[in-house]
Formats: sequence, C-alpha cells, structure tokens
Amino acid sequence: MTGLWAGVLLTAAGCYALKLAGLSVPERWLEHPLTRRATLLIPAALLGALLAVQTLGADHSLAVDARVAALGVAAVLLWLRVPFLPMVVVAAATAALLRL
Amino acid sequence: MSRRTRSVRADSLGVGLATGTYGISFGALGTTSGLDVAQTCALSLLAFTGASQFAFVGVVAAGGAPLTGALTAVLLGSRNLFYGVSLAALLRLRGLARLAGAHLVIDESTAMAVAQEDERDGRTGFWWTGLSVFLLWNLATLVGAVVGSAIGDPRTYGLDAAVAAAFLGLLWPRLSTTAGRLCALVGASVALVLVSWTPAGVPIIAGGAVAVLVGLLWPVREGS
Repeated sequence: MTGLWAGVLLTAAGCYALKLAGLSVPERWLEHPLTRRATLLIPAALLGALLAVQTLGADHSLAVDARVAALGVAAVLLWLRVPFLPMVVVAAATAALLRL
Repeated sequence: MSRRTRSVRADSLGVGLATGTYGISFGALGTTSGLDVAQTCALSLLAFTGASQFAFVGVVAAGGAPLTGALTAVLLGSRNLFYGVSLAALLRLRGLARLAGAHLVIDESTAMAVAQEDERDGRTGFWWTGLSVFLLWNLATLVGAVVGSAIGDPRTYGLDAAVAAAFLGLLWPRLSTTAGRLCALVGASVALVLVSWTPAGVPIIAGGAVAVLVGLLWPVREGS
C-alpha cells in the first residue's frame, strides 16, 4: 500500500514538474531537433508497448483470449470514429460476453 | 463579449464534457487494478494527464512495481513539456498563475489554445478547456472509482480489455504518421518478446526505449 502511494505521488510530482518546466524554460533549451523528435515519438512507442502487453500478456507469458476480440471491436469502432467512452464500454462488454 | 469568444467557450466546454466523462473508465480501472479510491482520485487530481494515469494503472494491474509504473507514466507525460514550451509565449503566465496554469497543460487544452487564430481566443480556449476537463475528469474519476471498488473480479466485466481499448484509443491519432506506426509496432514487438523473462513493467519501458531509438534512426521525411 505504501509502495502504491509512493508510485502515485511520484507520478504526480513528475508529471507536474514536466508541465511547469515547459512553461518556464527558455524555448531555445529544447530547440534541439533530436530532443523534439524523441519527445514526439515517445507516446506512440510507449502506448504501443502498453497496448501489446495489456492485450496479450498473462503472468510472464502470452495468451490469446477474449481481449484480442475486444481489441478488434475497439479498432473497428475507432475507425468508425466512435467516441472514446462508448468505444471502451463496448470493448469491455465484448470481452465480458465472450467469457460467459 | 464577441460571438467568436462565445463559440470558443462553447467548444471548450464540449471538449471538457467529452474528455471529462471518460474519467469514469479511468476511475473504474483504477480501483479494479488494486488502487483504492483515494489513490485513484489522487492520480486524477495531482497528475491530471490521462495517458500517464492509464499507464500507471496498467503497469500496476499487470503486477509491475509502482515505481516502474511511475517511470512509465512520467515518460509518457514528457510531451506536456513541449506543450508548455509552445504555450508559454501565448499564455505569458507569472507567479501563482503559472503554477496553476501548468497543471492544466494537457493534450486537449493545448490543442484548443493553439487552434485559435487570435491570441486572446487562444488563452480563452486554454483556460476554459483546461478547467472544464479538470472539473469533469475528477468528478467522473470519483464516480468510476466508487463503482469499480464494488466490482469483484475485473475480468468478469472485461475491464482488462477496457484498459487495452483505452490504450488503443490514446494511440489511434498517433498512427496517422509513418513514424508513429513504426514506433508503436517496434514498441509492441519488443515488449512482447520481453514479457516472459523480465519483471512486469520492464517490457514497456524497454520496448518504448528501443522504439524511440529506431524512430530516431529512421530517415526523416517532412510530414511523416
């Protein structure tokens, strides 16, 4: 429990520090093209990894189950431009129904 | 008040409503992933940046160390640094106003601010979007967290699949460029290879790092 609080507060402190630094540092400090490109790439890179592990990971191994079908449904809904919340709800319902 | 200012305010409230309500899904996923209601709400109140919050919860739910979760979340939050840089000249905040404004630097408020042609409209868009998302996101988180803590096994309701769908939703707009698709694919592949023989959470950070390196080595093309 203490570890969780430490993680929560560290996340909060780190995220806020980044936001405040952005408003505070002179623009030229972050002008280097490599820094800028790396930061633009980080979200796609991390979200790709998070998505893969969340969909296929199961206790230090990989498993194909209802999550894969749910993700397929989510992809179709996103492609149809369905908003975030209904998309997530339908994906969850898909997995839940498949597990009945 | 001009008609344009009114329309910026209305657009901002619309974004706030749309984005804020999906705080329900974050709240429910938080408490079904092993966080209590207070911890889940603290993330929304204090970290207040959706993708990072989902990442923290995702890593912890998979059995990763909270510190690994925090590292993933902060790395994911690094884009807010650059949002701040592009907003600084527009907002021109000092002292307490800067401390408060910084907390509202997120995807939506930045997008709404930089989309305006007029500087004053830009500032209106930033504050109205930031504040309405903040208010609704936190209310929705609380509702979701309370509902989530009443649920037994999250898998019964497909909430593990909901986290995956949330990640896909956050990733989706970034798949429109070649570099984005490449990074997502490399990050996913490396992470999957590492899953079976590294502690939980490590595959995500390692996969992300390798993907960024590959992305940087990829030849730059304008607009890709």
